Amino acid sequence: MTKKGRFGEYGGQYIPETLMNAVIELEKAYGHYKTDPEFVFELDKLLKEYAGRPSRLYLAERMTNDLGGAKIYLKREDMNHTGAHKINNVLGQALLAKKMGKTRLIAETGAGQHGVATATAAALMGMECVVFMGKNDMERQALNVYKMRLLGAEVIPVESGTGTLKDAVSEAMREWTNRIEDTHFCLGSVMGTHPFPMIVRDFQSVIGKEIKQQIMEKEGRLPNAIIACVGGGSNAIGSFYEFINDENVRLIGCEAAGRGIDSFETAATINTGRVGIFHGMKSYFCQDEYGQIAPVYSISAGLDYPGIGPEHAWLHDIHRAEYVPITDEEAVNAFEYLSKMEGIIPAIESAHALAYAMKIAPDMKKDDILVVTLSGRGDKDCAAIARYRGEDVEE
Amino acid sequence: MSNIKDAFANGKAFIAFITCGDPDIETTKKAVKEMVRNGADLIELGIPFSDPTAEGPVIQAADVRALKNGITTDKIFDMVREIRKDIKVPIVFMTYANVVFSYDSDKFISICRDIGINGLILPDVPFEEKDEFDPICRKYGLDLISLIAPTSEDRISMIAKEAKGFVYIVSSLGVTGTRTEITTDIGSMVKLVRKSTDIPCAVGFGISKPEQAAKMADLSDGVIVGSAIIKIVAEEGRDSISHIGEYVKSMKDAIRDI
Repeated sequence: MTKKGRFGEYGGQYIPETLMNAVIELEKAYGHYKTDPEFVFELDKLLKEYAGRPSRLYLAERMTNDLGGAKIYLKREDMNHTGAHKINNVLGQALLAKKMGKTRLIAETGAGQHGVATATAAALMGMECVVFMGKNDMERQALNVYKMRLLGAEVIPVESGTGTLKDAVSEAMREWTNRIEDTHFCLGSVMGTHPFPMIVRDFQSVIGKEIKQQIMEKEGRLPNAIIACVGGGSNAIGSFYEFINDENVRLIGCEAAGRGIDSFETAATINTGRVGIFHGMKSYFCQDEYGQIAPVYSISAGLDYPGIGPEHAWLHDIHRAEYVPITDEEAVNAFEYLSKMEGIIPAIESAHALAYAMKIAPDMKKDDILVVTLSGRGDKDCAAIARYRGEDVEE
Repeated sequence: MSNIKDAFANGKAFIAFITCGDPDIETTKKAVKEMVRNGADLIELGIPFSDPTAEGPVIQAADVRALKNGITTDKIFDMVREIRKDIKVPIVFMTYANVVFSYDSDKFISICRDIGINGLILPDVPFEEKDEFDPICRKYGLDLISLIAPTSEDRISMIAKEAKGFVYIVSSLGVTGTRTEITTDIGSMVKLVRKSTDIPCAVGFGISKPEQAAKMADLSDGVIVGSAIIKIVAEEGRDSISHIGEYVKSMKDAIRDI
């Protein structure tokens, strides 16, 4: 970070005055608790005993042999409790909120993974929980809607705009300005106003720390590249952060290109967007010539967002990380490929990262190492992918 | 410094908000003239944004209608050029940071000066980020309006010290929209502002009725009304002009001599 809340020119605190004291209070509390031995101990215990960390770094041998190039390791965030990396951040934020005396969590969700994780943490800690979810996403991810309700959360359909993740974020922000005293906005990605991009990155950086330790144990050296999917970018920054100073490790973020970056139906922010100010931050956004935010599209509800976290924007500008577009079709192929090849059904979000690994692994040397972060499990996506392939599945 | 203070020379100020291009630009032009004729002291023109995070459902819907009908920043600039020939009261733009930033802030604000816009209200730009726009506003003689909220507390004096034009006092938590009751202690907020600055204070968010306006004007220098006007546009569309006129008159009459 170059100055407070900034990654280069990106980041900042572009939010209504009503929220300023709340984010200042959050930053102070986080600054205090992140080094508080009791907080660190409690969070560590939750991550181990409840979420099931550390997650495995699994050598995908059949995939490696089949592609015939680099050795491919999968960082199995899909095996965490609630089935995705989202729980890492949520346990941290929920614990922090509780220490701050908050009794209610609100959250936005796209695919529903962050909503389920937040509802889970709220249940665990005896907090009230309200999740905002785009109406279209509720249809795409009906099972996760049920799970959130089962866990005791209230799920509020958001009909404004495109009825997807960006609208859910806007609505959660509106709700936070309405009720601040007892409520923490448990933001799910490395986006939004400072201090969220920093807090969420810190809580997710456990992914990269474990990758480093595990790959050193297994291979005695660092990988050639780490690949992760990017919507807002939390599993990607979590995977990358520990390696930013290891300049020989390529960091590759995979954006959702939807029907292609030449079409209007895309969510590839770095590849098709430009710098703007939205949802509390300066970063890259998909927008029209007048700065109206574009109605983006991806088959993946979790990547269907018109912006990207400010730290990624910065890593892109300084050429430390690469951001590549992956289409729906490529992601669905990867979804099916991993299922058949390794017996692992990946989240359609994570399948974007796998798709890029499938593209580059064959041209790499046999002793090169690729780590792909498998950010979540794909059960939630089965019905939608079946529909994409023209099959009607009854759940 | 702009001429925004003129809006407060006429008894308590009535500040009227309208979303440009809802349902079309002709209606907005007529509505602005009608509002001024009926006593509006300052016009706040909303430039629609696709994702207005500080707005409640009424203004969100107006933004959707206007954008659907093809309104753009350039068309709004053209409209202001035209109405400025007849309208003498101060006019400010209310929009979101990205609308200004993505147009090129310097270009946007220099055009504002050329067409007679006196200030900017950007609800997603707090004190901490005002350097993004404030130096450019000063360069072209516009006032970047500062907002203070019921949660501002210890921040009020810091904000008020550097405030220009008028201080926009957000009456309640949450987003824009009419409210049956305003429970915030507006009087104490105004007192804190007054310790740091002499510029006027106007209260907005949730005000729709003449009695409410009178109460708020009694505690401050003026009131800002948006959603209540937009509701009339939503209901009456192109036929809303005379209704808006009557409404503005009733509101200004309620506060003028307080």
